[in-house]
Amino acid sequence: MQFGVFTVGDVTPDPTTGRAPSEHERITAMVAIALKAEEIGLDVFATGEHHNPPFVPSSPTTLLGHIGARTEKLILSTATTLITTNDPVKIAEDYAMLQHLTSGRVDLMLGRGNTAPVYPWFGQDIRQGIPLAIENYALLHRLWREDVVDWEGRFRTPLQGFTSTPRPLDGVPPFVWHGSIRSPEIAEQAAYYGDGFFHNHIFWPAEHTKRMVSLYRQRFEHYGHGSADQAIVGLGGQIFMRANSQDAIAEFRPYFDNAPVYGGGPSLEDFSADTPLTVGSPQQVIDRTLGFRDYVGDYQRQLFLVDHAGLPLKTVLEQLDLLGEHVLPVLRKEIEARTPAHVPSAPTHDSLRAAREEVTAG
Amino acid sequence: MTTIMAISAGLSQPSSTRMLADRLAAEVKADHTETVELREYAHDITDHLLTRFANARLRPVLRRLADADGLILVTPVFTASFSGLFKSFLDIVEPDALQGKPVLIGATGGTERHSLVLEHALRPVLTYLRAVVLPTAVYAASADWGNDTDLSRRIARAAGELAAEVARRPAVGRVDPFADPVPFTDLLADISGRTDHD
Repeated sequence: MQFGVFTVGDVTPDPTTGRAPSEHERITAMVAIALKAEEIGLDVFATGEHHNPPFVPSSPTTLLGHIGARTEKLILSTATTLITTNDPVKIAEDYAMLQHLTSGRVDLMLGRGNTAPVYPWFGQDIRQGIPLAIENYALLHRLWREDVVDWEGRFRTPLQGFTSTPRPLDGVPPFVWHGSIRSPEIAEQAAYYGDGFFHNHIFWPAEHTKRMVSLYRQRFEHYGHGSADQAIVGLGGQIFMRANSQDAIAEFRPYFDNAPVYGGGPSLEDFSADTPLTVGSPQQVIDRTLGFRDYVGDYQRQLFLVDHAGLPLKTVLEQLDLLGEHVLPVLRKEIEARTPAHVPSAPTHDSLRAAREEVTAG
Repeated sequence: MTTIMAISAGLSQPSSTRMLADRLAAEVKADHTETVELREYAHDITDHLLTRFANARLRPVLRRLADADGLILVTPVFTASFSGLFKSFLDIVEPDALQGKPVLIGATGGTERHSLVLEHALRPVLTYLRAVVLPTAVYAASADWGNDTDLSRRIARAAGELAAEVARRPAVGRVDPFADPVPFTDLLADISGRTDHD
């Protein structure tokens, strides 16, 4: 099981002080969080991609390349890379480059993006979101696997005799997760390719996450990639901890009440009951997280959101210390003990390269 | 077995909007009739607008609405239109939940001068949602509850239209995209077949 953090990269004023970080402070904070993630033994750091304020991460591979140069083990990922409005050729090139620079510590999560104006800003139409995701990925998939590509589609200028460079490291394309909150078509797409499926999880009730993951698992098996319980599943999570759960609730409440996504809406208590948000002691985070398996089955990647809604960097780093010290060791031990042997781990560059060599040798 | 759900957006207690919804519902004489007062879900509806998901209280209501054979929607007239809570509720209903569903519309107000709100405000919204809106819409002004203004006859006619429409339509069947996904090859093939503005 891989554990990590995913960040939206929002610049939000701290509701307890009214002070917003500058873009520069927020960007350097994201780097500090990634370095901390490696320090406490997390496996993955994933950044969002946005092209409008108040978000800063418009250039994910620049950020990840920088973090890659300052870390040794951390897997660099995205949450999500916009497969609809980015040119698939540029995604193929950028992430292959990142693979080479980080010795393969790269995967990515593709998503459509739900900010309507971003589509026209990049010459697209949000009503074509699903067809864009399907056609663009079909091209990206080929660019990483075929040295010379002839291609013609609906959304992009045709390619004749095109080679995307650099070629993927060791001939192994980066592993791809497909993220979608509510579109069965994307679960179907992930299953068709035998790629991973990531459910954001944190904004919607568990009942819904279960339906999406279950569809993906059934279709993964249908397409012959393995049994349903061997499909590669990732989940989001949202936590805030203090040693004493009442302290956690008191400290987090102003951030919750003013958060851009759900502020002014449900109470912290109601939202915690309806979604995976867990505000409390490390033990409560452990118990809740172990419970996710009850409705999605054994899964491969758990990412936590820890740095949003204006939480100051100092607090976020304290959260990561608590995670590393009190939560991660227990979760790793408990989940390993509960996972059957035939359930695979999340693919990494090394595991994919080994599998490829096996096929080549055989 | 036919199921009718009546939605009342009345805010007062007791409410003449609820009274009209109940009168209409009783007159349809379905096997099963349920009346929901939006007032009880006002906070949940607001939460849904902000969080974009239905909480545990609201989910069963939306599910029963989608599964109902026919609907009765009754709103008070506020500021020359349907109430804000009523519209907020329509805003959170899944866009295809009302598609092809027989709907009887009604409204209440202090004066009969607002009666065309049903035709000029409410009916177009439901047409947009592709509901089958019945020809007779029932408006009850305060005075209708005391004088002989044919309110009972209008209720009977509208309820009769809803009952007849529900009876002649097949039972509500719903495609579950999670149980029956579109195969990937169809998704791929669909791209080349689509036009830019479909």
